[in-house]
Amino acid sequence: MLQGWVIVLASFVYLGILFAIAWYADRRADSGRSLIANPVVYALSLGVYCTTWTFYGSVGRAAASGIGFLPIYLGPTLLFALAGFVLHKMIKVAKANRITSIADFVASRYGKSQLLGGLVTVIAVVGVIPYIALQLKAVSNSFAILASYPEIIMPAKAGAVPLFQDSALYVAMILAAFTILFGTRHLDATERHEGMVAAIAVESTVKLIAFLAVGVFVVWGMHQGVGDIFAQAAAVPTVARRLATADSPAAYGTWGTLIFLSLFASLLLPRQFQIAVVENVDAKHLSRAVWMFPLYLFLINLFVLPVALAGMMHFPNGTVDADTFVLTLPMAHQQEALTLLVYIGGLSAATGMVIVETIALSTMVCNDLVMPLLLRLPMLGLAARADLSGLLLEIRRWAIAVILCLGYLYFRVAGEAYALVSIGLISFAAVAQFAPVVIGGLFWKGGTRDGALFGLAAGFAVWAYTLLLPSFAKSGWLPDGFIAHGLFGIDLLRPQHLFGLTGLDEITHCLVWSLLANLGGYIGVSLQRVPNVREARQATLFVGGAEAAGLPGWHGSAGVADLLPLAGRFLGAERAQDAFTRHAQQRGLQSLHELPADTRLVNFAETLLAGAIGSASARAMVASVVTEEPLGINEVMNILDEASQVRAYTRELEQKSLELTRATAELREANARLRELDRMKDDFISTVTHELRTPLTSIRAFSEMLHDDPKIDLAQRSRFLGIIVSETVRLSRLINQILDLAKLESGRAEWTVAAVDVAEVIREAAESLTALFAEKHVTLELDASHPGLMVLADRDRLMQVMVNLLSNALKFVPAESGRVKVGAGGTVNEVRVSVADNGPGIQSEDQEVIFDKFRQGAGTTDVLTDKPQGTGLGLPISRQIIEYFNGRLWVESAPGAGARFVFTLPRQAGDNDQNAD
Amino acid sequence: MIRSRLKAQRLAFLFLLGCFFFNYPLLSVFNRGGDFFGMPPLYAWLMGSWLALIVQMIWVVESRGD
Repeated sequence: MLQGWVIVLASFVYLGILFAIAWYADRRADSGRSLIANPVVYALSLGVYCTTWTFYGSVGRAAASGIGFLPIYLGPTLLFALAGFVLHKMIKVAKANRITSIADFVASRYGKSQLLGGLVTVIAVVGVIPYIALQLKAVSNSFAILASYPEIIMPAKAGAVPLFQDSALYVAMILAAFTILFGTRHLDATERHEGMVAAIAVESTVKLIAFLAVGVFVVWGMHQGVGDIFAQAAAVPTVARRLATADSPAAYGTWGTLIFLSLFASLLLPRQFQIAVVENVDAKHLSRAVWMFPLYLFLINLFVLPVALAGMMHFPNGTVDADTFVLTLPMAHQQEALTLLVYIGGLSAATGMVIVETIALSTMVCNDLVMPLLLRLPMLGLAARADLSGLLLEIRRWAIAVILCLGYLYFRVAGEAYALVSIGLISFAAVAQFAPVVIGGLFWKGGTRDGALFGLAAGFAVWAYTLLLPSFAKSGWLPDGFIAHGLFGIDLLRPQHLFGLTGLDEITHCLVWSLLANLGGYIGVSLQRVPNVREARQATLFVGGAEAAGLPGWHGSAGVADLLPLAGRFLGAERAQDAFTRHAQQRGLQSLHELPADTRLVNFAETLLAGAIGSASARAMVASVVTEEPLGINEVMNILDEASQVRAYTRELEQKSLELTRATAELREANARLRELDRMKDDFISTVTHELRTPLTSIRAFSEMLHDDPKIDLAQRSRFLGIIVSETVRLSRLINQILDLAKLESGRAEWTVAAVDVAEVIREAAESLTALFAEKHVTLELDASHPGLMVLADRDRLMQVMVNLLSNALKFVPAESGRVKVGAGGTVNEVRVSVADNGPGIQSEDQEVIFDKFRQGAGTTDVLTDKPQGTGLGLPISRQIIEYFNGRLWVESAPGAGARFVFTLPRQAGDNDQNAD
Repeated sequence: MIRSRLKAQRLAFLFLLGCFFFNYPLLSVFNRGGDFFGMPPLYAWLMGSWLALIVQMIWVVESRGD
C-alpha cells in the first residue's frame, strides 16, 4: 500500500542510509583508508550528470522528439575520449594549485583575479538556479503523483497550491538541511567531501538500477521485447513519427549543437567540475572512468525510447504528461515495489544533483563573492580577526540555504512555465560560456585577465538577451513584444533572430552569437597587451605543465611565525598546525619551527589557504604578511621573454639605484656631521687642557719659588700663597664646571623638577653675592616685586644660572660706578628675567660666541693680570639649563651701552597649582 | 593508462571517429524508415555505434603494453 506516510518514511529512510554511508566514508577518510579511492566510485559519482532531467525528462523528450534526447549523452562520451588531453590536465593543474571550484580555476588562471572569480560565480548561480528549481519540481511532482496511487492524476499546477501545503517547499528545506550536513561539517583545506562522493556514487547506482528495472518491466513485462514495441509503435501514426529523426538540415544542426553543448556542460557545470576535478582522489582513476562513465550513460539511456513509445501507446489521449511515464507505467500496472523504486531513483537523481551543485555553488559564493567583499570592508575588521574558519562555514551554510531558497522561489514563480521545461539546455548554454576561458586558459598562454573578463561578460550578456529573457517573456514575466519586434522596436535586435539570423533553433542561435562575442572578446582583448608578470606566471603553471613546477611563486619571504597564524585563522589553529608539521616532515625537518622563511614556505601556505578561501583571496591574504622582494633577474628571464617585462625590471632597478643614491647622500651627510663633532671634541679637549694648564702653571711657578727660596720675606710669601690658593679655587671651579657641562651634555645630569618662585630665586642669588658686590662698590638693584612668578624648574640649577649671570655682570662693570639691575616680569605664558649692567658692552659679532664653550668676549681679560676673568663655561652651562626647561637665554647689547642678559621660562600652568614633580 | 601518449592519441582518434558517427552527414544515411533487427535504422545505428565506441575505449584503456 503506497500511502503518503509510506512514501515519506521511505524517503527519509533512504536519505538516512545515504547519510550513514557518507558518515562512514568520512570516518574512513579521516583514518586514511579512503572508501572512494577507486576508479569505479569515481566513474559512478560522475553519474551526477544524470539528474531528474535525465531520469524523468529523457522519456519526455523522446516522446516529443524521438531520438532528440540522445545528443545530451553523446557529448560527454566524446569528451571522455578526449579526457587524456583536457580533463587529465585540468585535474593535475587543480591539484597543484588546490583549485576548489570552477570560479577559482578561472580566477587563478588569469592572475588570481577576484573580479573574475566573482563574475564566474554570478554566471554560474544565475545559470544553475533554475536547474535546481527543476529538481524540486520533479521531486514534488513525483511525490504528488505517487500520493494519489492507484489512480493516476497529474499534479496541480505549481504555484496553485498554498505555500505551506506545497511539498516542494518541504523538499527544498529537507535538501538544504541535508546538503548542509553533507557539505559543511568541517572545513577542509582541499575542499573535498569524501562522504558526499560516496553517497553520490550510491545514488548513481540506485537511479541506474531503478531506470533499468522500469525498462525491463516495460519491454519484457508489458511487451514481448524491443522489437514488439517498435512494431506496435510503427502501427500507430502519431507514435510512428517519433521513430526517425527530423528531416531538415536545421535538425542536424540542432543535433550537432546539443552534442557540442553537452560535451562542455559535462565538464563545466559546477557540479561536474566539483566531482570530476575537485573531488578526484587520484588522476589515475580517470583512465578507467574514460569508458565507465560513457557506459553508465549508455545504460541509463538504453530503455528511454522503448519506455517513451510504450507510454505514448498506453496513454494515447495525452492526459498523462510524458515526463512521468517512468513512474506512471508501473503505477498503471499496479507494480507497487517497482513504483517505489522508481520514486527513490528519481529522488536519488534530484538529491545528488542538488547536493553537489549547491555545495559547489556555495564554495564559489563564499570564496569568490562573499569573502573578498567582507575582507575588503574595513569596518568589519575581519582582516584582523583571529579565527575565521567558523565564519567560513557559516557563510557556506547560509549560501546553501539561500541558493535552495532561490531555487524554490524560481520553481514557485515559474511553475509550469516554458522556462522550467527548457531550463536544462538554457543552463548548459550558460556554462558553455566558461569554455573559451577554461579551455583557452589550459592551452594558450596569451590570455589575459582583461580578455577573460571581457569575453565572459560579453558571452553572458548575449546569452541572457537571446535565451534567458525570451524564456522569461514566454513564461509571461516580461512583455513579449520585444521577441517579435526587437528591443525598442528595432527589427535587427529581435533576441531570437539577432541581426537577422534566422533558420536556427534558439539554442543554436544563442550559442552562435554568445560564443562569437565570448571568443572575440577573450582573444581580441587578450591580444591588446602582453600578459603581465602574474598572468604569465599562472599561464606557465596552467599551460606549461611539468616544467612550471620549479617556478617560484613569490619573490619574497615570510616566516612560520607570520604564516601559521594566518592559516590558522581560516582553517582553525589545529588543522593549520598539522598541515605545517606535515610540510616540515616532507622537507625532512624535525618540527615546523625549523621551517626556513623562504619562497617554498610561502607558496605552501598560499596553496593551503587557497583550498579554504579560493586562490584570489589567498593571494591577497598572504600578500599582507609577505615582504615581497624585487624580482631577481634570473627569475624574470625565466618567466618571461617579452622585452616589456625586462623593461619593467629595469625600471625597478633604476628605482632601486635611485634609492641607493639617496641613502648614500644621507650617509655622507651623517659622516660629515660626525667628523665635525669629532673635530669639536678635539678642540674642546685642547681648550680644556689649555685652560687647566694656565692655573696649574701659575700654581707650580709660585710653589717652586716658595720651595726654592726659603728666604722670601713673609709678606711676599703670603702674597704668593694667596695667588696659589685663588688659582686652586679657580682650577677646582673649572673642573667642576667641566664636569657639570659634561653631565648636562650627556643628559646624565640629575634634575629635581618642582614649581619654583622665580622672585625668591633672584633674591637668594643676590643675597649670596651681596658681599662681592659690596667689595667692588657696585650697586645691585632688584626688581623682584612680582611674587608668584612660578615656573617648573630645578631650583638649584636656576640658582646657578642666576648667580652666573650676576657674577658675570659684576665682573664687567667698573668698580665704584658700576650698576647691575635685575628685572623680573612675565606674560600669561612665560616668565622673563633680565640682568642688565652698565659695563663695556659686547660687540654684536660676539653676542652668540660668548655662549660657546671657553669663548669669552673681547676685552674680558683682566687688564692688570692678562688673565681671563672667567672660565668661559658659565654662560654655556646657563644656556643648557634654561633650554632644558624649554626656555631661552640671550643677550642684548651694544658696545659702550652695557649688556642685558635675558632669559625666559614657560610659566607653570595654573601658577599657584600644587607642586608638580 | 592514458598518461601514455599513444593511448591518448588512440582515444583522440576515437573522439574524431565519434564526431563523425554521431553527426550529419552520416546520420542522414540512416534517417529512413524500415527495419533493422526490429529497430528503426537511425536508433539502431546510434545505439550500436555508441556501444562500439565504448567497447573500443575499453579496449584502448585496458590493453596492456605500450
